[in-house]
Amino acid sequence: MTTITSPHAGHGDHGGHHDHDVSYLHPKGGIWTTIWDWASTIDHKKIGVMYLVAILFMFFLGGMAAIAVRLELMEPTREVTVAGKNVVTGQLLAFGQSLQKGNENYNRMFTLHGAIMVFMVIVPSVPASLGNFLLPLMLGAKDVAFPRLNLLSWYVYVLGSIFAVAAIIMGGVDTGWTFYTPYSTTTDVEGNMAYWRIVSMILAAFILGFSSIFTGLNFVVTVHKLRAPGMGWFDMPLFVWGIYGAAIIQVLATPVIGITLLLLIFERLFRIGIFDPAMGGDPVLFQHFFWFYSHPVVYVMILPGMAIINEIIAVYSRKRIFGYRAVAFSTLAIAAISFIVWGHHLFTSEGEVAAVVFSAITFLVAIPSAIKVFNWIATLYKGSIRLTTPMLYALGFLFLFTIGGLTGLPLGTLSVDLHLHDSYFVVAHFHYVMMGSTIIAFIGGIHHWWPKMFGRMYNEFFAKIGFWLVFIGFNVTFFPQFMMGAHGMPRRYASYTDEFLIYHQISTIGSWVLLVGFLVHLFVFIHSLLAGRLAPPNPCGGLTLEWTDAASPPIEHNFHHEPVVNHGPYDYDDVFPKQADPKEFPMPAPLPAGARAH
Amino acid sequence: MSTLHADHAPSGGTYADRYVAAAHFRDRDHEFESVKMGVWLFLSTEILLFAGMFVGYAILRMLHPEAFIAGSGKLSTFWGLLNTVVLLISSWTVAMAVRSAQLGKQGALQFHLIVTNLCATAFVVIKLVFEYYPKWQEGKLPGKWFSYPYAVDPSEPLWWGIYFGSTAIHATHVIIGMGLLTWLLIRARKGHFGPHHYTAVEGVGLYWHIVDMVWIFLFPLLYLIH
Ligand code: HEM
Ligand SMILES: [Cu+2]
Repeated sequence: MTTITSPHAGHGDHGGHHDHDVSYLHPKGGIWTTIWDWASTIDHKKIGVMYLVAILFMFFLGGMAAIAVRLELMEPTREVTVAGKNVVTGQLLAFGQSLQKGNENYNRMFTLHGAIMVFMVIVPSVPASLGNFLLPLMLGAKDVAFPRLNLLSWYVYVLGSIFAVAAIIMGGVDTGWTFYTPYSTTTDVEGNMAYWRIVSMILAAFILGFSSIFTGLNFVVTVHKLRAPGMGWFDMPLFVWGIYGAAIIQVLATPVIGITLLLLIFERLFRIGIFDPAMGGDPVLFQHFFWFYSHPVVYVMILPGMAIINEIIAVYSRKRIFGYRAVAFSTLAIAAISFIVWGHHLFTSEGEVAAVVFSAITFLVAIPSAIKVFNWIATLYKGSIRLTTPMLYALGFLFLFTIGGLTGLPLGTLSVDLHLHDSYFVVAHFHYVMMGSTIIAFIGGIHHWWPKMFGRMYNEFFAKIGFWLVFIGFNVTFFPQFMMGAHGMPRRYASYTDEFLIYHQISTIGSWVLLVGFLVHLFVFIHSLLAGRLAPPNPCGGLTLEWTDAASPPIEHNFHHEPVVNHGPYDYDDVFPKQADPKEFPMPAPLPAGARAH
Repeated sequence: MSTLHADHAPSGGTYADRYVAAAHFRDRDHEFESVKMGVWLFLSTEILLFAGMFVGYAILRMLHPEAFIAGSGKLSTFWGLLNTVVLLISSWTVAMAVRSAQLGKQGALQFHLIVTNLCATAFVVIKLVFEYYPKWQEGKLPGKWFSYPYAVDPSEPLWWGIYFGSTAIHATHVIIGMGLLTWLLIRARKGHFGPHHYTAVEGVGLYWHIVDMVWIFLFPLLYLIH
């Protein structure tokens, strides 16, 4: 039967003489000692939690910018002449200043939103927080391969974020998150502070790249070298496969954006001319460079999201994942194909032959994605499904990712994309895959592993309310954007014609529902930390090592004994007796009796 | 390179003999292999970084062959070649340093580290004093500083952008390498390396080879193809 081990009841109270048996959350001493302990920690679990906090904070900042963008779009910005007088409308971001000013502020807001969400939230989100926490636990290791590099990557992340915030304080950047030349190299004249804010933002992205490389490199080596005895490649949980695929892309694609951003900074500061047509350079070269990184990086965003979905769907339908190897290999296939489709972002600017080739290859990438979706649905079939909050999020993911993925296909079709390019259709597409899939999976994952990470249960009822608000709010916000995009509403304009008014207003109202949904989740988390029930080691009945072999929360060194893997991660039928009440999950492999006492 | 069976080694002796792997590795071999894989992955990012630079070079060369030929002709093949030789020598000495560490020859290890570092210094000095400085004097600088009056092709500033951009990024790597070699020397003097523990020497050695290799590509691309 379930043995309830909790950080405080289990061992912590015995006094300090078994230090290595104490929960990793157990404070080391007074407040300053504890702060120093966290700031200098090389424990992957603490670093994961530190990343989680930092990323959620940036998510909040980026979210506020999004709310501002949607607010501005509630009404079009316009100057109309009514009875001989000039009247300005829809100037919610101008704060009483000119029309020009309002439009500029709008441009700054969406750039801020995009840059923060891409570089500081979605790219690191799942790998750096949950991945850091779970990877060694799932592999049965004591830590990641390079713990100090791991801590360094967190500090580098914070440094990069500081550069981004500095750019905001200097007035903000208005280039869009893609920093297209020549605008990004010529806007804001030399001679004052404003000249430097773009440099600061580009440097931020450059620095964050290092953080990303460090994490990816660490994970690749960890997966190769630190698997527990008995764990072959195909005994790894699929979460690990997803994180591994993403880590490979992080290592191989990020250096290219590194050199691109460096050249962009040279171009801006020294006018070296590489991207400047006036000097014989080629601005489309920048676009190629940029997307050579930024397309693969969308799979850095989605693979870890899919990784989470594997675990949630298997655990809460209590079935072996359908087609384990197909899912694992499709991960690698996605990682490989993602490097050769970047040209689909440039259909309107590259050569015609190139566009045809890139269009054709783009369709390939949909195949492994679809394989995964089919496998998940097959896993659900005849499973004993429990509709917990994480499971709701996983089902939400299936729905939203299907829409997001399928709408990628018309965009990949040359003739159609010439119409849809740079319209709200693209905006809706990538929000369905980035927010509707990655962020949704991320939140589902946080709920799923919350008891493991913090040793406390959360309030299921309110968490579900949060889910429904987020799910409905998301669709209300972004579905109308498909429609207005197809009708010709271009992206990145604060003004529009009356035809689009109704879509924009629905979308803005949706963003408020989303906001409330996230606040509910915040409340659920805080409530759990303060007053949640203590969590048993395996509240969900998972078979991966973090559930079967580690306490909730885990002890500092993760395991009392090095785990030995003697069943697959999804062998529910073999490990659990068939008739067991699905609500009660016995610990399949209880810790050895002596483990707690030694 | 061979993996030594570190854990059959007797204890006692120097730091390197007593060295135990970090707690999350099984033993010293396990740690060594993992670190080496990490270093290789890092080096692949370095190669990809320069690959981006090379692609930029290729495309701009295709667009403006005249400017590149004219610009390339204004470089001094002599100093470029000398620097190539200097780096090749350093590649050999750094390999010898790794070998000395494996054999436990402390004196030879330090000697080779010092020679490698001297070569690196020579490279940077030649670059700055005999290449960058005269170019700067003549106004052959990239972008907005370009003021050379006898340019034959209007896109020549672009060529200088590529030349200075790629060589400066490479030289930065050399300077970082000098720091790493100094760090190794300090540790070597404290007896940190020996047959059972030379991970850091091996890692920096690999890094140094890659830095040399990048130059081996840069040299013909910039100096020789007219
Ligand atoms: C399932 C296969 C997918 C296909 C076929 C696909 C196709 C495309 C195409 C053709 C575009 C360019 C549209 C244009 O600018 O005219 C595009 C844009 C975009 N896609 Fe996808 N996509 C897919 C999945 C994803 C995923 C999984 C993500 C992220 C998690 C993603 C993120 C993006 C982003 C961020 C943009 C636009 C960026 C920008 O211009 O600001 N896509 N997609
Ligand atoms: Cu793409």
